[in-house]
Formats: sequence, C-alpha cells, structure tokens
Amino acid sequence: MSVKLILRDKEYEVRPGMTIKHALEKIGVQSEGVLPTRNGEVLTEDEILREGDVIKLVAVISGG
Amino acid sequence: MKCRKCGEKAVINMPQHKLALCKQHYLEWMPEQTERFIQKYHMFGREDRILAAVSGGKDSLSLWDILWRLGYKCDGLYICLGIEGGVNYSAESQRLAEKFAEERGLRLRVYDIASEHGQTISEINARTSRGQNKPCSVCGMVKRQVMNRVAREEGYQVLVTGHNLDDEAAVLFGNTLNWAVGYLARQGPVLEANALGLARKAKPLCRFYEREMTAYALLSGIEYIYDECPYAVGSKSIYYKEILNKMEADRPGLKLTYYLSFLEAKKTGAFIKPADDEKEGMHTCPTCGQPTTAAGECSFCKMMTKIHGA
Repeated sequence: MSVKLILRDKEYEVRPGMTIKHALEKIGVQSEGVLPTRNGEVLTEDEILREGDVIKLVAVISGG
Repeated sequence: MKCRKCGEKAVINMPQHKLALCKQHYLEWMPEQTERFIQKYHMFGREDRILAAVSGGKDSLSLWDILWRLGYKCDGLYICLGIEGGVNYSAESQRLAEKFAEERGLRLRVYDIASEHGQTISEINARTSRGQNKPCSVCGMVKRQVMNRVAREEGYQVLVTGHNLDDEAAVLFGNTLNWAVGYLARQGPVLEANALGLARKAKPLCRFYEREMTAYALLSGIEYIYDECPYAVGSKSIYYKEILNKMEADRPGLKLTYYLSFLEAKKTGAFIKPADDEKEGMHTCPTCGQPTTAAGECSFCKMMTKIHGA
C-alpha cells in the first residue's frame, strides 16, 4: 500500500494503479462528499493513483 | 478526462450536466451560469444594492466573489456568533471574511451578537429553553432577525445567501418527510419582500452542487473556514445530504432533478400558496418592528427579554 488519502484527520492507504473513484469506494468515502486534490491540484475521479501520491480529500459537505 | 471546451485536462466532472471543464473554463462557467440564474429567477438588477450574508465559508465567500466579478453592487454582512468549539470558530471565520473583503476592496459590516446583546449564541441558548443542548435553533432565529433588520435599515433592495443545491435539496427532503406544506410553499430561489418588513431574499447559488462550490473556492484561491461549526456534528441537514449523495452516486443528476421538478410543481400549483401575510396573523413586533407571526412580541424580543430579565 503506497498511496495515502487524507480526509480531515483520517488517513487511508491504498495500492497505486487504481482510479480515485475506485479508491474512494475501497475506503468507504462518498465521492460526492469530497473533492480530491494532489499538491493543490484538483483532480477528477478517473485520475489513476501513482506510487507515493498523497491525495488530500477536501470535505465538501457543510451543514447545521 | 478532457475539458469539453478546449480539450485540456479537466479539473472537475459534472455528470449531472454531462460536462467536464478545465480550471480556466470552469472559472468562466460558474459566473456565467450564476448570471443566467439571476436573470431566470428575476433575483435582482444591476442598480440594486445587494447585501450578502457571509459566514466565512466557501459558499458565501464564493457567492460574494462571483457577484463582485459580475459587477454587482454588493456589500457583506458577517454575524459574529461567539462560537469557539475549541477551534476559535467565530474568530477565524470573521478573520477570513474580513481578509476576503479587504483583498477586493469590498465593504463588510460586522454585527457582533455579544457586543450588541451582551451574550454569545451559546450563552443565550443556555438561558433559554429554545435550543436545549445545541444552539442551532437560537442561532437560526438570531441570524434571520439580524439579516432582515440590517437589510431593511440600511436600505438594501435584496439580501442574498450562499445556499447551494445540496442545501436546498436537503431542506426540501426534510420538508417532504414531514409534509411541512407551509414551508414547501415558501421554498424557492427568491422570497419576496412584504409590506410588514420582510426583506427580499435570493439564493443565486441554488442550482450549484456543493462540490462545485468547493471547487470554485479552491480554484479561485479563496481562503475559507474549512472547519465545520462545532455544533453541526450530527445535524439533520448533514444526514439528509449524505443520503441524497448516496442516491446521486447511483443516479447522477438526481439532486438537481429533485429540486427543479419541485420548482416546476410549485409553478403549476401543486402546493397551496400561503394566504395573505396579515391574514396568517403576521404583524410587526411592537418592540423591534420586525415582522412576526408570534402573538405580541416576536420570538427574538421575547427571548432577549427573558435572558436580560432573568
């Protein structure tokens, strides 16, 4: 496992080579509820994750 | 994925529109669409003075940014609620709202609840029975009262808020589950002013997904408060949003269709229009002059009388 996904204070790891969409499914995070970014760049969910990637998942939902 | 307009790498895919765009074209598309909705729903015009309620969050700051870029005359109103929650929530959100306004040379009015009324939202809540453990009910009432009063007293033609499609769909969902027909009849992109003092309100972002607003804020470089209000944890609105997002993942476009079909149903008379406001018992509060359906004083003034007199 060598791709890190970070959502608020939680960290997840997946294998490289899968799409962001697939990775979100694997870690149980709703794709509609996050915006994936890498080094400040916003990514679409068909982006294929590479070895060493650190993906910050920006939480989208606000409420109250 | 490629941008539909130029073929460069897309940064956002919007399946509900069958549209993917690069950064440049997305940042052009958002204001264009906002202008389209402002015109479609007759929200306001170029000569109107607009007051944007800003919280320091992504939606309200993005809204203010878009209106500024479109050339509208728009000031901001930030209401300091005095919420800390271990993350200096109010202080940080105020700082970001002020920074945003200063960077663009915009006028921001700051209304501090503690300064004006002697207590923060949490303290007010602790002294009333309205909100029990969470101050959300008190918070909502106070914000509506203040926004309406400032908009009226300072002569703004319209008050705008950053409610997005996800917000509207979640409210619609909740009102449908409870068959709150009165609320359903009033929900929409524009709420008209009335003779009793309700300010005109509009929601220019009502057709954009929350995800789209987040992308706009990030791509525009808008610094917004990322932490949630500490009292939002476990709220019904977030619960409803998550359910709707689950459905959206299976059926792209579901949230947008839900909301637009509701607006269409309203137009064709599916919901009973509210009776004349005065017949519904709306009158002006004898203390503050704000419109209210409560007997005697409005709920806000009753609450303030209780906490200051207690």
